[in-house]
Amino acid sequence: MMRRLNQFLPLLCAIALAVLGPLLGPYVSDLIVKVMILSIFALSLELLVGMTGLVSLGHAAFYGIGAYATVLGSGRDGGSVAWLLPLAMGCAAAYALVVGALSLRTRGVYFIMVTLAFAQMAFFVFHDTAVGGGSDGIYMYIRPALGALDMENRSVQFYAVLGALVATYGLLALIRRSRFGAALAGIRVNEQRMRAAGFPVYGYKLGAFVLAGALAGLAGFLLASRDGVVNPELLAWHNSGEVLLMIILGGLGHLRGAVIGAVAFTLLKELLSTQGLVGPLADHWQLTLGLAIIAFVALLPKGIIGIAGQLRARA
Amino acid sequence: MDFGTFLVQCLNSVQYGLLLFLVASGLTLIFGIMGVINLAHGSFYMIGAYMAFALSPLFGDQFILMLLGGVVLAALLGYVLEWAFFSYLYQRDHLQQVLMTYGLILVFEELRSILVGNDVHGVKVPPWLDGSFALGSLMSYPWYRLFASAACIVLAIGLYFVVNRTRLGMMIRAGASNRDMVRGLGIDIRRLYRIVFAAGVALAALAGMIAAPMSSVYPNMGASVLIICFVVVVIGGIGSITGALIASLLVGFVDTFGKVLFAEVSGIGVYVLMAIVLIWRPEGLMGRKT
Repeated sequence: MMRRLNQFLPLLCAIALAVLGPLLGPYVSDLIVKVMILSIFALSLELLVGMTGLVSLGHAAFYGIGAYATVLGSGRDGGSVAWLLPLAMGCAAAYALVVGALSLRTRGVYFIMVTLAFAQMAFFVFHDTAVGGGSDGIYMYIRPALGALDMENRSVQFYAVLGALVATYGLLALIRRSRFGAALAGIRVNEQRMRAAGFPVYGYKLGAFVLAGALAGLAGFLLASRDGVVNPELLAWHNSGEVLLMIILGGLGHLRGAVIGAVAFTLLKELLSTQGLVGPLADHWQLTLGLAIIAFVALLPKGIIGIAGQLRARA
Repeated sequence: MDFGTFLVQCLNSVQYGLLLFLVASGLTLIFGIMGVINLAHGSFYMIGAYMAFALSPLFGDQFILMLLGGVVLAALLGYVLEWAFFSYLYQRDHLQQVLMTYGLILVFEELRSILVGNDVHGVKVPPWLDGSFALGSLMSYPWYRLFASAACIVLAIGLYFVVNRTRLGMMIRAGASNRDMVRGLGIDIRRLYRIVFAAGVALAALAGMIAAPMSSVYPNMGASVLIICFVVVVIGGIGSITGALIASLLVGFVDTFGKVLFAEVSGIGVYVLMAIVLIWRPEGLMGRKT
């Protein structure tokens, strides 16, 4: 019984959010939308790091490209979700295909550095050239819409983002059970053996990389539709670092870990910059955040999900 | 582009490349020997630059003396950091190293903001290196940049000598090619780690100090250098000092001439270079096949 309940917990949480949605105040509702977008972003990286064992430090590039594609594609009269969403995911996936094809020729620590470097290249494209308004970024005139699915409407936005989160989570849960997911897990555990067993390892990894890029593009699309503005900071490397931190903080290897991590990280950042809680340290939240990161990774290598297991192991 | 401009740009390329080499050589050695990916390495460059800003009023004309003092301080910092923090990272996987050194960057940047603030500061060129000399009839080149290149060349030769001609260098090379074997031969690997790390920090900080009068000091200056140095390490091949030198100079030329010839997309040049190297030799120019 408990096991079954545990299995359906994510779905129950989603239903609870859907029911509670209209009751929430604008500030809380807006914060939840932001956290849900970050959760999709974190889930897309979990596909790479947790499921395939590829540590990418350049994932923000695909997030940012998705967001930029949405704003650049929407024009003065706004655009339709029906083609802006595929555009955002397609652009992110296309860049992921190029970056993946090159960076997957390397492994381990090389892979970390190469993904970081290619993300920085995308950052420079938007930062230095006039493509996306340079370092100031660009505004969107009208948010994307499709019939009743109008992102200008706050509550529609809430349900659209919630729906996207449920869909992403469901897709990844299905992939984990599929043959594709099993192959990715095999590559994570022992790539050599998978290759010896005749699996086209490079193709599987590239597939995961492109899919992760497309899902990050989805998160970028939602972010641009929420904020109505994009700037190069979206692609900056500290965003790649933060999303990596989220999935570790929650617990690597669990889909819910990515969501828990996104929630926990956002809360942690809010708490550390709240004057009432930490006093004058609030102005220096980067310092406390940095120390908190070091402490978390040192003490809780298995993330928040792993706390129970760690306690049990100690007892 | 006339010949004078070409010559000046070549000098600039070499100077920038050599400066990158100082940072990248430490990064590649620390990874090659200790297996630690250190994102905070760019912070040591930043710390060096701010040290130059803080120390130059104290030392006045004695620029060389200030560099020496800064190097000693940086090496001490590296020694203490290795003892207090990095020695715990060796047993961790790369993912955790990435995150913990990422946390360290935030700490360093915020401490910098608390101690010095977020303004951009200039650092004075020492008076005996001020001014420039004529290069042909139209162009001139600042003495200080020439000094920077010369200092880097002296350091690079010194590094080459230490790594290839001394007992310590032998241990370092052995450590980079097979860590476990070195440990098995009864060499005090922890002491070796500490020395290499302190030397890496000192080199990065020295690069920052030398760069400070040319680039001024500003927040987050470490991050951009770090990422370019990753590119250098990937191109050169991890653990190879020679590879780092060749790659630094290549990156220096591509970046400098990219800025002159294709100003708008200059930021991309070095990454295209990296992509080409990845297609051609994914293990880097001087890297070993795995």
